[in-house]
Amino acid sequence: MTGDVAPKRFTEDQVQRYSRHIILPNIGGAGQRKLLDAKVLVIGAGGLGSPILLYLAAAGIGTIGIVDFDVVDTSNLQRQILHTDADVDRPKVASALDHLRALNPTIELIGHDTLLSSDNVMAIMEPYDVVIDGTDNFPVRYLVNDATQFLGKPLVYGSIYQFEGQATVFMPGQEAPCYRCLFPSPPPPGTVPSCAEGGVFGVLPGVIGAIQATEAIKIITGEGDSLVGRLLLYDALHMDFQEVKIRWDADCPVCGKEPTITELIDYELFCGIPAQS
Amino acid sequence: MAVTVKLPTILRKHASGEARVGADGATLSEVLADLETHYPGITKNVLAEDGGLHRFINVYVNDEDVRYLGSLETEVTDGDTVSILPAVAGG
Repeated sequence: MTGDVAPKRFTEDQVQRYSRHIILPNIGGAGQRKLLDAKVLVIGAGGLGSPILLYLAAAGIGTIGIVDFDVVDTSNLQRQILHTDADVDRPKVASALDHLRALNPTIELIGHDTLLSSDNVMAIMEPYDVVIDGTDNFPVRYLVNDATQFLGKPLVYGSIYQFEGQATVFMPGQEAPCYRCLFPSPPPPGTVPSCAEGGVFGVLPGVIGAIQATEAIKIITGEGDSLVGRLLLYDALHMDFQEVKIRWDADCPVCGKEPTITELIDYELFCGIPAQS
Repeated sequence: MAVTVKLPTILRKHASGEARVGADGATLSEVLADLETHYPGITKNVLAEDGGLHRFINVYVNDEDVRYLGSLETEVTDGDTVSILPAVAGG
């Protein structure tokens, strides 16, 4: 992503497709080229994953990886807008690939129809530049955080519950906070209700997911002010946006001065309900 | 000191569904005690058995995590906003 090499020319299709970015201040042809050269891994093709994937594909991220092991369920369609009624019972990755290809057939899409674990996450993640967390459970969120820290990949975080959402960016290696600086370890079983128990406002992940896609695009283009060190809190019911600071914790077990967690941990999926939103 | 406490969704049931409530106290500890007086049970998931803050629920005075201020002894002033923020994982 340097500016010294003569830029590759856009194809005719790219000039047309991305014209609104190419003429836009702060993005322009140079920014669009960065998007086309970028590789982004989106973990989860559900509530958050749907808007994230749609907007990244629309923006022309050159390579998008999609991780999800789940199948489309009718109850997903209330908010997982990447999928359609005809996709019920299909693997989410297959459905996602089809719909994203229909939106933008010119980019590379890679499906990872698998459950992430300590056995596979590093190998899956390694080729990508940016990772986006669109998962729906604590164990994988901690796994993804730790893996991105070990690999040195920026992580765009988002999470939701009922009417509330959170978003931030964890940037490794710069005395910037990671997820464990915010929440050092997962809550014990029974202390936090699951989405299946509490319900979720359908349009909520649309807002948070679009914010995550925004942050990923800004990381890649280098433009604007990112959410690093800032936790954005959104309350859809009261249309309230609030920001709190996230500080780097020098004692953080993963990103602190003397890390005590140096290997990936597979926390047990403890909610007893399969990880379907 | 009169502060506003912003309640996360999971605690609003203790306050008849209210998202913001008023509370009094000179420190966070006093504010939480005042909350508990008016809304019994509300601090059960915020405070651990040893009386300290749970590690998966963060509390902010304005925009600062109280862990970096004085934890439960963080002083509050009139007009401050105390936000209780649990970890959530939905997606």
